[in-house]
Amino acid sequence: MATTTVASDLATLTRHSMAGLRMLLAFTLVTGLAYPLAMTAVGQVAFPWQAGGSLVQSDGARTTSRDEAVGSALIAQGFKGAEYFHPRPSAAGDGYDTLASGGSNLGPLNPDLVASIEERKAAVAEENGVAPADVPADAVTASGSGLDPDISPEYAAIQVARVAQARGLSDADVADLVARHTVGRDLGVLGEPRVNVLELNLALDAAN
Amino acid sequence: MTTLTPVFAAVAQILVLVAALAAVHAPLGAYMARTYTRPDHLRVERLWYRAVRVDPDAEQRWTTYLMSLLGFSLVSVLFLYGMLRLQSYLPWGLGFSGFDPAGAWNTAVSFTTNTNWQWYSGEAAAGHLVQMAGLAVQNFVSAAVGMAVAVALVRGFARSGTDARVGNFWTDLTRGVTRILLPLSVVAAIILMAGGVIQNLDPHTAISTVEGATQHVLGGPIASQEAIKDVGTNGGGPFNANSAHPFENPTPFTNIVEIFLLLLIPFTLPRTFGIMVGDKRQGWAILGVMAGLWAASLALTTWAEMAGPGAAPQAAGAAMEGKETRFGLAASALFAVSTTATSTGSVNSMHESFTAPGGGMLLFNILLGEVAPGGVGAGLYGMLMLAVVAVFVAGLMVGRTPEYLGKKIGRPEMTVVALYVLTVPALVLVGTAVAVVVEPGLAGIQDPGAHGLSEVLYAFASAANNNGSAFAGLATGTPFYEVTQGLAMLAGRFIPIALVLALAGLLASQTTVPATSGTLPTHRPLFAGLLAAVTVVVVGLTFIPVLSLGPVVESLS
Repeated sequence: MATTTVASDLATLTRHSMAGLRMLLAFTLVTGLAYPLAMTAVGQVAFPWQAGGSLVQSDGARTTSRDEAVGSALIAQGFKGAEYFHPRPSAAGDGYDTLASGGSNLGPLNPDLVASIEERKAAVAEENGVAPADVPADAVTASGSGLDPDISPEYAAIQVARVAQARGLSDADVADLVARHTVGRDLGVLGEPRVNVLELNLALDAAN
Repeated sequence: MTTLTPVFAAVAQILVLVAALAAVHAPLGAYMARTYTRPDHLRVERLWYRAVRVDPDAEQRWTTYLMSLLGFSLVSVLFLYGMLRLQSYLPWGLGFSGFDPAGAWNTAVSFTTNTNWQWYSGEAAAGHLVQMAGLAVQNFVSAAVGMAVAVALVRGFARSGTDARVGNFWTDLTRGVTRILLPLSVVAAIILMAGGVIQNLDPHTAISTVEGATQHVLGGPIASQEAIKDVGTNGGGPFNANSAHPFENPTPFTNIVEIFLLLLIPFTLPRTFGIMVGDKRQGWAILGVMAGLWAASLALTTWAEMAGPGAAPQAAGAAMEGKETRFGLAASALFAVSTTATSTGSVNSMHESFTAPGGGMLLFNILLGEVAPGGVGAGLYGMLMLAVVAVFVAGLMVGRTPEYLGKKIGRPEMTVVALYVLTVPALVLVGTAVAVVVEPGLAGIQDPGAHGLSEVLYAFASAANNNGSAFAGLATGTPFYEVTQGLAMLAGRFIPIALVLALAGLLASQTTVPATSGTLPTHRPLFAGLLAAVTVVVVGLTFIPVLSLGPVVESLS
């Protein structure tokens, strides 16, 4: 008696599964192919620059060609030179690796994290000739994506003198450029004020 | 430059979100109610039903409804498993190899159950076809399955004296996808593209950076997937960093759009419920409880992140580890609370690096069973199950047979609800207990001390509740975690669904009894307060011991 029930349940499940398979294939065509391909077409026509990855050329101009691009305005690059503003620390691969995005995922009490924060703080303070207490939090913490394109206006401010000296520019000129590349909160209240590092550095290159 | 204080901006940001949700609440709620109740079909839908050979007008008993649901989910797991295994032979694979058996099993279950737990890194493992035609399809249909179950339960309350008929699964599934999720996703994808989210079919190409280093420009149909990832409270991102990735979530504006999308259907379904049971006030009571719990969690988490307790945040000056500059503390906390209070599990910041009380609050949101407001459908049916518990408790206090919406809550109904309430906590606690005593479980733990236990607890809470976010330091790309997490996701999804549908059948068979002067009104603040208390107390008592050993110890150290 029990075995016939199980057998008939299995037969029922099989029948429903076949209907399910037909429906899944239909959904795959509609939501898995037609929808994303239609959205791709809309993107190429209406927002080609954004849909392509917000690429920029070495003179700071927008481009949709990967051959002409030196980077994406949305993705951090690991600037090291004294003449460039530096991004936040990155835990993406060996740093700023777009094929390995992500954060450190170290916990708030992790002693290794505390140690690396102290190390970074000392290094940033020395590099920019400021007191460790003046180093802002974003300068010593790895971002969530490891590709954070922005730094806080405070972190930009402590780098101005170093960059100006390396380029033979006045502090005021560099600070002025930083101010022009500082963006406030979206709609006045969303998110935080920030400075896009790649755009700022390309503007610096264009300026001298 | 504005001179807003961070606290004022944080509050204003939340108000913008709440205002947007409030504006669409009534019209979308009514639209969804009409979608699930209207008897007629569009011409194109008739063709669709004929092509897949199902009868859209056949009223199914709850057992048949469940069979259809399980059959559909079974082929979904198998289809996705096959696609992941065979990726290297499929077009648009970007040269990636197929997933290994344990990994493919985990991912196939993960996306079919609306969990979207990801042990792999999207940009290094999944090509465009798998993302579009495999994973994103499950983002649509698994969300529609959750909504279908919720609607079936609501019909159980609304109907009187049927022989356990709760609707037609194929019709509910089809309408959920084509009339609700797909139109919303199209609009959302276009807004996200305008905001900077990429949408192309290009490969990942190496370019030379300003300083001459090599970096890859990523390609992919991201905006289309991002849209349904949020609208369907799925959470599985095409990239490892998920919504922290600038290509998925480039600005504070896209960030608030994504938070809006993932809260949209969960916070609107109570309206649909109120309309379908013929008393909108019942929907307000449910909405009030959901919103109250969400707001309390948000206040606590935002406070914790902005205060920044703990050794690492104190050393850095703020809890910015794992957070993006453009979002900062407030917008990260807002996203994190919303993604764990729904079943989304996408992240715009790394939850493991949150402060101890902040991260503990996120874990608590998941342990609550994701009912404030919960996943699409899953949140509503979860909260309605708790509402039955609440009327039962109230009935015990006054010595009357409890009733909810004109249906008697007798022994069969209460048995089903009790099993529902016990299932997921049992999965979480047993899974965690096993993982912290066996070698392959312990091997995955990253952080020392109490936080290591929190990592494991979060992982099983996330899997069994079908959330998908993680304390991602835990190394889960191992056969032990892939298999056990897969089992937790599967059981945590389908056992509760079977019980919800069983209750729907029991209720639909009952004749509705008219309310009398002795009936407990379930639309008043008194009942809403009782429901909120039941939600917190039932879950709190279950998890207090393990929470004490994890997040509570961390917060005190």
